[in-house]
Amino acid sequence: MTSADFSTVLPEALLALYAMVMLLVGVCAGKDKLTGTITWITAAVFVLLAAMIGLGGSGSRVAFAGLFLDDGFARFAKVTLLLSAAAVLVMSHDYVMKRDMGRFEYPILVTLAVVGMMVMVSAGDLMTLYMGLELQSLALYVVAAIRRDSVKSTEAGLKYFVLGALSSGMLLYGASLTYGFSGTTTFAGITQAIGATEHLPLGLLIGLVFLIVGLAFKVSAVPFHMWTPDVYEGAPTPVTAFFATAPKVAAMALFARVMFDGFGMAAADWGQIVALLAVLSMFLGSIAAIGQTNIKRLMAYSSIAHMGYAMLGLLAGTALGVQAMLIYMAIYVTMNVGTFAFILSMSRDGQPVTDIGALNQYAKREPTQALALLFLFFSLAGVPPFLGFFAKYGVLRAAVDAGYGTVAVLGVVASVIGAYYYLRIVYYLYFGTEGETLDGKMAAPQWLLLVGSAAVMLLGVFNLFGIDTVAAAAAEALVR
Amino acid sequence: MENLLSIITFTPIVAALILAVFLRGDDKAAQANAKWVALVATTVTFLVSLFLLAGFDAGNTGFQFVEEHDWIMGLKYKVGVDGISVLFVMLTTFIMPLTIWSCWTVDTRVKEYMIAFLMLEGLMIGVFVALDLVLFYLYFEAGLIPMFLIIGIWGGKDRIYASFKFFLYTFLGSVLMLVAMIAMYVDAGTTDIAALLRHDFSSAPMVVLGFHVAGGLQTLLWIAFFASFAVKMPMWPVHTWLPDAHVQAPTAGSVVLAAILLKMGGYGFLRFSLPMFPVASDMLAPLVLWLSAIAIVYTSLVALAQSDMKKVIAYSSVAHMGYVTMGIFTANQQGIDGAIFQMISHGFISGALFLCVGVIYDRMHTREISAYGGLVNRMPAYALLFMFFTMANVGLPGTSGFIGEFLTIMGVFQVNTWVTFVAATGVIFSAAYALWLYRRVVFGDLIKESLKLITDMDRREKAIFAPLVIMTLFLGVYPKAVTDVIGPSVAALVSDYQAAQPAQTADAAPVNH
Repeated sequence: MTSADFSTVLPEALLALYAMVMLLVGVCAGKDKLTGTITWITAAVFVLLAAMIGLGGSGSRVAFAGLFLDDGFARFAKVTLLLSAAAVLVMSHDYVMKRDMGRFEYPILVTLAVVGMMVMVSAGDLMTLYMGLELQSLALYVVAAIRRDSVKSTEAGLKYFVLGALSSGMLLYGASLTYGFSGTTTFAGITQAIGATEHLPLGLLIGLVFLIVGLAFKVSAVPFHMWTPDVYEGAPTPVTAFFATAPKVAAMALFARVMFDGFGMAAADWGQIVALLAVLSMFLGSIAAIGQTNIKRLMAYSSIAHMGYAMLGLLAGTALGVQAMLIYMAIYVTMNVGTFAFILSMSRDGQPVTDIGALNQYAKREPTQALALLFLFFSLAGVPPFLGFFAKYGVLRAAVDAGYGTVAVLGVVASVIGAYYYLRIVYYLYFGTEGETLDGKMAAPQWLLLVGSAAVMLLGVFNLFGIDTVAAAAAEALVR
Repeated sequence: MENLLSIITFTPIVAALILAVFLRGDDKAAQANAKWVALVATTVTFLVSLFLLAGFDAGNTGFQFVEEHDWIMGLKYKVGVDGISVLFVMLTTFIMPLTIWSCWTVDTRVKEYMIAFLMLEGLMIGVFVALDLVLFYLYFEAGLIPMFLIIGIWGGKDRIYASFKFFLYTFLGSVLMLVAMIAMYVDAGTTDIAALLRHDFSSAPMVVLGFHVAGGLQTLLWIAFFASFAVKMPMWPVHTWLPDAHVQAPTAGSVVLAAILLKMGGYGFLRFSLPMFPVASDMLAPLVLWLSAIAIVYTSLVALAQSDMKKVIAYSSVAHMGYVTMGIFTANQQGIDGAIFQMISHGFISGALFLCVGVIYDRMHTREISAYGGLVNRMPAYALLFMFFTMANVGLPGTSGFIGEFLTIMGVFQVNTWVTFVAATGVIFSAAYALWLYRRVVFGDLIKESLKLITDMDRREKAIFAPLVIMTLFLGVYPKAVTDVIGPSVAALVSDYQAAQPAQTADAAPVNH
């Protein structure tokens, strides 16, 4: 343990320290008086850390004898998840305060979850991976149930906890098998143990399958998705918004990290498993969303489908694929931040509304916000010229390039099915019949994030804001 | 003038953004402003596009006015026109000011309406000038959004169903094309259309999912493109979205749909299917020819049975597009010349026919044929115009409708006489439904109480029709104006197509020059 090791984990260490200090401050101040301040400071800290990681880091560094990696890939994922977590904190502030949810623990638990995610994406060893994953998960279980007095919220928390624990168990079992057959827990060691053999040894293969099951739970890929709609619906909306963004990025990045760093040699073996998960996710996500009337459940299925597309990039097993996956996640997160900024503002007489029927003729009263939503939903559906199309184009290209043409065809067919329910929202916004109205006003941060992300979806068509080159560098760091 | 095409593409889009950002309020004055901005923008676009026509060198079969910039993800922003595409650009810029002017009486959400049409114009022009696969796809698909909104917001009673059907049908066709485009990129290493036209896609037989595919990669790609363009065209039996969309769309929407959007399918066949997959095209041409022949006869018969005026014209559009696909897949000079000519001419004639329906719909708010009768008594000018375009639709010599049908039938006669026979009977059916429609609406005694006070067309309405009448007559008596522009490019396309065929079929194929 040298100072170089500590400087590598500096962002994580700082953030963990910050969380603990704030916990003390919050307790001393007493009775949630400082919730607002803590929320804003936390968001600012996230943004600062993102800037520090994004602008400061370069090259690849290994700390603690391979336990912890800091490379372009990890930095890309960290910047994305920090910024999205900051955005979610800022936009939920208004909701939290109005609904009497203003516990000071909330931003702190989010911070701890973020620390966990940052450790996950930097994991160089199955132990670090598990540690990061559990830190994230435990914090998330608690925030899901943060409304102790709400039956739905506690149910969501409990459900998430039970299924999450099951998936952690699977992951651990896979990790132990992997350790047993390769003799090491570091990714580099596993790669060495596999060597250049054509096929994985059977024991390692079984270990790999269990690892993938555990990871698939975290990214909510079908058939391990069951918790997602219930948790999305039951958890308070700010928590749902958080679930839909940062943890998804972290889980996808972790997935890629394990597959490429640990099992990169066996891309053909896990490619097929991921292909199956991807196809099932795309179809189930698209079909099951059709019948939803609750916008949070709808977004849950939407996120399942989107994870399926992101996995298209992963299964390609190439740098091009990882680049496409990273771009996909960045665009996905931006779209979801915008959409949830709006969902957070949906209310009638001060009470939150999640029924999509409430959007009827919204365009007549709030043309700007409706137009922004139109952009976002067409982007989610993958219709050009919005960025959602380029995200899909990237992963499809990677899949076809790697010889998964059939999977790509299935993917686009699923996207047409998915287009139906996104269009249905547009239908409510623009063509619906006049009904009970939503409260028109949005808090300023929500409005800015909604309109901002919609603008990003359109303006990104010029140069993607340069993230494709950054993502390419990140992918190069992972796929060597 | 090397960025002329970009100027033409983006003038309407910029105008739409200006409207979206700067125009506030929804009172009378704001509505008038929106209309004027849109009219001026489309007219300016048309005037600028005249420079394109003036500067176009018909003898050069390559791409002209080419503009190229690097874009994202290894793609390029590349635009250009050749003899095949330049007239579609002109058709678009010509029709749009008339379309905008035709919705002068609209009074709901005028600003949004104008924005939708302006966006649509830019995107449609983009389709015809794009020289990068993904750029083409982007314009091709993005055009669905404004049209979806136009049908859904300003449409008729069943507009929701029609708009969803329109969007999902065409979207399903297009996404398969997207996968094919990606496969082309993987195979050729470029998305540049000019380079892809020179690329030789493999036609060696291959096995896909246990099926033996003759023509190999070319056939697979051809089918994927066919899925998209056949829906867009639309070809029988995937035409069913069109009557719904047409009937429910507002008049201006129908005009754009019939006059320009349908042409994207034909343009796509000429730009991609025929030159890039010649072996597969040759192999599958009989299929297309027969589908077209069925379309011509079947949809003409269906048109006879309609009680809604717009439906009659919509089915007639499907029949006329049947001539187009037929002409394209003859792959000889007359056939393709005729197909392009038919598309241009159909742009004027069907647009005018939908405007004709719009004129009386504005007055009576019904499209039921049975609600009309004897209009000639109160609307002589209207009766004359409607007669003119009915005749042009039937293909009366002297109008542009005749040239297109004649050339395509001549082209197909050299390839398949039976298809020619079936298609030619369609000409008779088209006369039947068109004239019968005309008789029921215009002739007879004016007995319906509601029609007693109907007024004839005002000056604005007449002025909208004037350019369409002129163009229909002009192209009818002087078709050389079109064939001179498209001829050399089509000749090059045909000779490349023949050269790409395997030796034994190249000998057998008729050579027509």
